[in-house]
This record gives sequence, C-alpha cells and structure tokens, in this order.
Amino acid sequence: MKQRNRRFARWAVTALVIGVLSMLAAGCGGDDESEADGGAATTAVESGGAPEGMLDAIGEGEGEVNLIAWAGYVEDGSTDPKVDWVTDFETESGCQVNVKLGNTSDEMVTLMRTGQYDGVSASGDASLRLVAAGDVAPVNMDLIENYEAVFEGLKDQPHNTVDDVNYGVPHGRGANLLQYRTDVVDPAPDSWSVVWDENSPYKGKVTAYDSPIYIADAAVYLMATQPDLGIEDPYELDEEQFAAAVELLKGQRAVIGEYWSDYTKQIAAFTGGDSVVGTTWQVITNVLESEKVPVASVLPKEGSTGWSDTWMISSEAENPNCMYMWMNHIISPKANAAATEYFGEAPSSSEACGLTSNPDHCEIFHADDEEYFSKIYYWKTPQADCGDDRGAVCKDYSEWTQAWTEIKG
Amino acid sequence: MTSVPEVTEAPSREGAGRRLSSFLHRHPRLRLSLLLSGPVGWLVIAYLGSLAVLLVAAFWRLDPFTSEIVHEYGIDNFRTLWERDVYRTIAFRTIGIAAAVTITDALLAFPIAYYMAKVASRRTRRILVVAILMPLWASYLVKVYAWRIILQENGVLNWALDPIGLTGPGFGNVATWLVFSYLWLPFMILPIYAGLERIPDSLLEASSDLGGRAGRTFLRVVLPLAFPAVVAGSIFTFSLTLGDYITPQIVSSTQFIGNVVYINVGVANNLPLAAAFATVPIAVMVLYLLGARRAGAFDEL
Amino acid sequence: MIESPLARWLLRGATALTLTFIYLPLALICLYAFNSGRSLAWPIPGLSLRWFGRAFENTGVRDALWMTTKAAALATLLALVLGTLASLAVARYRFFGRETISFLVILPIALPGIVTGMALNATYNTTGIDLGLFTIVVGHATFCIVVVYNNVVARLRRTQQSLEEASADLGADTWQTFRLVTFPQLRSALLAGALLAFALSFDEVIVTTFTAGSDQTLPIWILANLSRPNQLPIVNVVAVFVILLSTIPVYVASRLAGESAGNRATGVAGGAR
Repeated sequence: MKQRNRRFARWAVTALVIGVLSMLAAGCGGDDESEADGGAATTAVESGGAPEGMLDAIGEGEGEVNLIAWAGYVEDGSTDPKVDWVTDFETESGCQVNVKLGNTSDEMVTLMRTGQYDGVSASGDASLRLVAAGDVAPVNMDLIENYEAVFEGLKDQPHNTVDDVNYGVPHGRGANLLQYRTDVVDPAPDSWSVVWDENSPYKGKVTAYDSPIYIADAAVYLMATQPDLGIEDPYELDEEQFAAAVELLKGQRAVIGEYWSDYTKQIAAFTGGDSVVGTTWQVITNVLESEKVPVASVLPKEGSTGWSDTWMISSEAENPNCMYMWMNHIISPKANAAATEYFGEAPSSSEACGLTSNPDHCEIFHADDEEYFSKIYYWKTPQADCGDDRGAVCKDYSEWTQAWTEIKG
Repeated sequence: MTSVPEVTEAPSREGAGRRLSSFLHRHPRLRLSLLLSGPVGWLVIAYLGSLAVLLVAAFWRLDPFTSEIVHEYGIDNFRTLWERDVYRTIAFRTIGIAAAVTITDALLAFPIAYYMAKVASRRTRRILVVAILMPLWASYLVKVYAWRIILQENGVLNWALDPIGLTGPGFGNVATWLVFSYLWLPFMILPIYAGLERIPDSLLEASSDLGGRAGRTFLRVVLPLAFPAVVAGSIFTFSLTLGDYITPQIVSSTQFIGNVVYINVGVANNLPLAAAFATVPIAVMVLYLLGARRAGAFDEL
Repeated sequence: MIESPLARWLLRGATALTLTFIYLPLALICLYAFNSGRSLAWPIPGLSLRWFGRAFENTGVRDALWMTTKAAALATLLALVLGTLASLAVARYRFFGRETISFLVILPIALPGIVTGMALNATYNTTGIDLGLFTIVVGHATFCIVVVYNNVVARLRRTQQSLEEASADLGADTWQTFRLVTFPQLRSALLAGALLAFALSFDEVIVTTFTAGSDQTLPIWILANLSRPNQLPIVNVVAVFVILLSTIPVYVASRLAGESAGNRATGVAGGAR
C-alpha cells in the first residue's frame, strides 16, 4: 500500500516539475519578444503626434534619469573631484542621474532591451539596431535648444537618422587612425596597405579592432583597391562585396599579433612592443606620447571608419522629461567641452571649442575640420536593407558577427 | 565540541513556540518540505525555469532580413554550429584548455596540499591556509592584467629569460592555459587538502607496518583515497575555465565558447545561436558532474 | 609520520615553489601600485605614492567597496540559511529526489557564468523586479549555496544523528535541539563555507554584470576602470588595499575553525569512523 503511494507520488512530482518548466518556457519565451513591440505601441498611442513616440513639450522633471553610458561619459566627480559635468545638471534640473556603465555595444543593447533605462549613449554600430527593434523613440529636435550649435557635419547622419526622423543627439566624434611605432616602422606609412599586406614585414605585430564592425575597415580598403566591386558604403555590403572583405580579413589574420577591444590593452601592447602598427584612436596616441612611447598616428589616404556616439531615449522611458533635459545639457557648450576633452574625442557642439582647458584640444581632434571628417565613414549598424536600389540583399549585423567569429578562428 | 551541552532552562510545556515545534516533530514530511521549500523552490522555479527558457530559444531562429527572432522550432542553429568548422574548433579549444588546466592544477596542488595535511605543524598549517585563501581576494581582473605584464613582449618573463637566450610564450593558447591554472589553483588546493586531512594517519602507519614503502603507500593508499577530492576540485577548475570569456580576451586573441555566446547576444540579436552554442558547455558540465558524482566527489567538496 | 626526511624536504620545496608561483603576480600588483608612470610597461619608470592619494579621493571606489561588502555579507547570510536548510534536509531525511539536490545546488556555479547571468536576468525581467542590491544578493546567493551546502552536508554526515535523538528524548524541542546540539557541531563548517562564499561573492564579475542595476560592485568598478588608462594605477592600489584588508577576517576565521580542524586529523571528533 505504502509502496504504491510512494511510486505515485514520485510520478506526480516529476510530472508537476516538467509541467511547470514547460509552461514557463512557453509563456516566458513569448513575453520577452512581445515586450519590445508593446513598448513602442503604447508610446505611440500616448503622444499622438507624428512621428509616433515623440514628445511634444518638455514637462516637469520627474526627479531622476537612468542612463546607460560608456565609462567617462557621465562623470559626477566620484572619479576625480575636478571632473564633473553632472552635479550642476542635477542641481539645475532636479533630475538625479543614475548611470549604468556599459563595456561593449552588445551589453548596452541587451540592457536597453530590458526597458529599465531612460537613455543610452549608443555607438553607431548599435544605434540602428535599437531603432529597428523599437527600443528607442524619435527625438523632437525642436525641444533641444543646444542642437542648433551642433556641427553641420554631425546632423542628420545615417547612423542615427532614419527616413528623416532623428533618433538622438550626437555626443562627439572620432576617427579610427593608423598608429605605428616610429622606431620600428619605416618608412612612415600613409596607406592602410601596411596592415593588409599578407607579407608584411611586421608580421605578428599588427593589431586591429576586435569587433565585427571592423569588416567595414576592410571594405574601406577595397573601395580604393578593388573599385570594380562597386562598394559605396562600407556598411552596406552585398554577397560579393562581403565575401571579398571577409577574404581580405582572413588573409590579414596571419599577420595579426592581437586584436584589441579596450584601449588599455592597446596602450599596453604598444608600450610593451607586442604591437607596432594598427588601428587606433587619437586619445590612445595622446596617452602613449605622454608616456614617452615613440608613436605617431595618421589618417591614411584611403580614408577610414570613425564613430560618433548618439544619446538616444528609450521608447519605454519612465523619465522622458529628464532625459530630454539631459540630452540638451550634454550638448551644451560647457558640458560638451568637458566631456569630450576628458574622454578624448572631438566635441559635437561648435561652441565647445573655446571652452576646453587645453586650447589645442579641438585642433588635435580636428573638431571643426569637415574636410578631415568627410573621409570618415561613421559606424552604422549593417542592415539587410541596402538603402539603395539593390534592395534587401545586404548582410545584416548577425551575419557580420558570424563571419567575424570565423575570421578570428 | 563533543561534550553534551547544558540545558540551563527547563523547557516550558506551554507556549506557541513549543506547540509549533511539537507539531513539526510529529509531522516529519511537513518539516522536510519547509526545509526544502526555500532553496529548492528558488533553484528549480527561478533558476532552472529561466535556464529552460534560454535553452528553448536555441531552437528558434533569427531572420536575417527582418533581424527579428522567429518563434519557429527547428535545429538550424545546431546545424550551423555543426557545419561551420570554426565552432567545433572553438569548442574543442575551450574543452581542451579546461582539461589541461585541470590536470596542471591537480599536479601543482597535490604536493602543497599533502604538505599542509600531513607534514606541516598546526601553526604552519594555519598560516598556509591563510596564504592560499588570500589570492582569492585579489581581484580576478587585476590578477589577469598582472599576467599581461609578465607575458608581454617586453615583460617580466622575457626580461628574466633574456640572459639565457629564451623567450616566453607570449599571448595565445599557452598564455590562457597558464593564467587559468594560476587563477583556479586555490580552488583545487583546498578540497585536496581537506580530503587528505580526512585520511587517518593510522592508515598510513598500518600500510608501512605491513611492509609498504613510501612510494607504494602513496600509490595504493593515499592516491585512491584522495582521488574523489581531486575530482571535487576539478569541478571548479573545469567549469570555471569552460565558461570564462574575460581572460581569453585579455591574454590572447583566441575565442572561447563564452566569447562567441557574448558576441551574439546584443547588437547581433542572435539569441538563438548564442543559446544553441551555450548548450555545449552545459551538456559537457552535466556529463562531467554525473561522472564526478560517480567518483564520489560530491562528498568531498 | 611515515615520510622520509628526503620526502619531507621535497615537499617543503614544492610548497615553497607553489607559493612563489601564487604570490609573484600579487607582488607585481603591489609594485605597480607604486608606479610613477601610467602604463603597464616593464620595468617601471620609478616609484611614487601619488596613486594612493588619487585612490583616496575617488569616491566611486569607496562606494563600490561598500556596496560589494554589503552584497557579499548579505549573500553569504542568505547562502548560509538556504544551504543549511537544504543540507539538513538531505543529510537527515530520506525522500524522493534526494540525490538530485546535490546536483541542483552545484549547477549555478558549474554552468558558465554567462549562462547563469543570462538566466537570472531573464527571471528578473519576467517578474518585473528592478535590478539593484536585492537582485545582486540573490544572484550571488544562488551560486554560493553550494559551498555552504557541501561543507555542512559533509559535517552532518560525520556527526551522529543519535545525539539529536538523545536531545529530543531528554525533552528538548526541535529548535532547542538545533540551537544547542546541531549548531555547535556545524559551526566550523559554516564558518569555512561562509568564508569561501564571501570570497566568491566579493570577486564575482560575470553574473554581477547581468544582475546589477546602476549599482557598482568593486569588480564592476574595476572592469569599467581597467579600460581607462588614467584609472589603471588606481585599480592596482585598490587591489593591494583589498588583499591586505582581507588577511584579518581570513586569519580570524582560520583560528576559529582551526580548533576543530586539529581534531579531525586524528579522527576523534564526532565519533570514530
């Protein structure tokens, strides 16, 4: 009698556990995906204005704003008491700033999907993904006073503007440059060929940026060396163009010493001699020069990729007014000067140049040199829709990611 | 510790607390379920539940044209992982290095654990335990960057080997093996030490009384008794290496399973592929744990 | 002892070598905390104390340190409670699924951190819990349960149930039995488990990334600051500070646990095997 009860109990419990798990799987799986659409829909209904989701006027501050940002973008004096462009914002607007630091674009996108943040400083490789997924809402530029002062070359850029609708304000911009150890690399290079050459004399000491978006750099090189591929936008690559870029990268793998994703690693590599030539950011060159490491960097003749981060507002933002106030604040001349000088990039506000503590800052970073930036192709999330008459035959970022895994090996 | 504790007050017969505990005493099953409800409830419903949801995503697919996850069930992702060589290479590399790290740590840990358990005086033993535990408090990231300084081109290792004319391994697979072996060593030393401690000295003396020399005693008595403890320690070294993605990024340019999973969740929005690849370390660990349980390791953790 | 003097010297040598291996990188960290330069170049250009001053001014690291201590303490407490409950159930009762409990409890730590992190993150999102200290603590407790559980189960298996039955026979109720008979025997096992759980939680970064909101624990602070060259030397200073600070609780705990550990080797405590 007891035996039978026990066996029955066993089956019952097992069945119950399996049942609960499968219900959770079925139910929860559905929920995750519908969340994003649900969010965008409700915001559309709320605002009533066109395009959907845009604020009509900035109301009272809600008391706080939750941001996802790169380290160094939102400094409130806790890192260094002299570095602070947040405290005065908090006092003026009454919006307490809470920051979650993201270390990669992937992390930022995952965090934004949760809908628990009001805004993000998205890099170009992530911005269009956020737009396409409905995680961010359009921005009403009329409400942002300081937008007028933004450099023309940064307005309405394809990485944050879709169908003439703006999705954010630019924080600053920077270019990916070619850096080399002046004591090792001779003659001084002026072309990217020195890193793409499979028979490079610097084999094993070449470095490149560790992200699928680097495929665009290969495309930029192909624009100059294989013009019959017809590449016009290094982020919109169809089957043939993409295959050629991947081919080039697989060839480069043989000469690569290491890939870098955070700039401490690159600084360590160039200081320690593990890398002697490769992609870099201006700020890295500055740090190395200040440490007396013999390096120089140059914008090669083929042009290069670059980046410009955009402050975007979540479609499920709980504090939209504070977010708009923040967006206006971060591109105000004083804050923008402080923030971009600290991080090491060119400011987005044309009035920031007079306010940097280093008077040469804007010159070093070519802030108002539109000719310089005309050779830069800003990071943009690759999407299937080519955006031209080829249709939807381009490779989207998930395929770039898979190709990148194969390239690195 | 073993003396019978004094019950200083006479327990009152009345009182709600007393009645509750009597009630519980008469209903062992209720007592049991109360004990278990917390931990098991959380682990099964919250943890396993979300794990199940994650793994279900492995069967969905990402539509590259709309970049949306389609809730249709299929094994496309697994086919991709199987057909494209690179994923197999990465999986084997991860598992291989995890195994190498485990063996290295077992070899490194045994002498020091034996010394601590059997040879050292009580005071030395206590100091050594502290010395082994201390590195666990130094931040993982800082330790890995310290290894960067050691292994870099103009780093400490090459500087030390230069007079002999040798060079260090630089960055790469060897570097990750070295760094992982370093990081998880305390996790291997402690269980082996605890396991060796449990071997009564009388057993070893008996073995030598029966004519066994030190080597034989070691092989026939110590090793078999300590083996479950080694397996217990290996659970940590193996699993921690299998799931790590930070160290490979810092001291090498090679990819581990964790790197691929991480890179696909995010901008790529390819949760199905990431989840599918994540099933590999999960399956490996489940098999490893089943084997470890057989070897009696669960009693030695 | 049955080891020959030669064997003992070899063991001493091996121990010394292993300890050197363990402490060399830590010594390097200490050295770089005094580095006058900013980068990771070797050899270091000179010595300086300026990073200590900068680290002290940095309120971010102080907040992170406090947050981490809080989270680790709470997580350890939670793990102690849950782990003890589970181990009492497993060691003292027989029931369906008993063997799977050991398996279940080890899963969070055995599976890759990124999987555990993603799973926990999904749980929080589905149940609508805001990420913060609570979610960090619960996340850490999830994988810390196993260290407490294993220590306590091992100890319970070695102690005799007859002692508890005797206590009940003498008129003590369940709670009194636990408090006066079981708990004293578990104390050192709980202490060992708590110490390891605290260390695990203190230094955990992968799962924490997925379960922390805008709160920064120390490992997250370090991760964010390691990628900023201006902050790199401060990270070394902080690491040295934490190591030095940790010697106190570790030594105290080992003293407390050591009293019973000494008995174990001779197989006396808790009845002979």
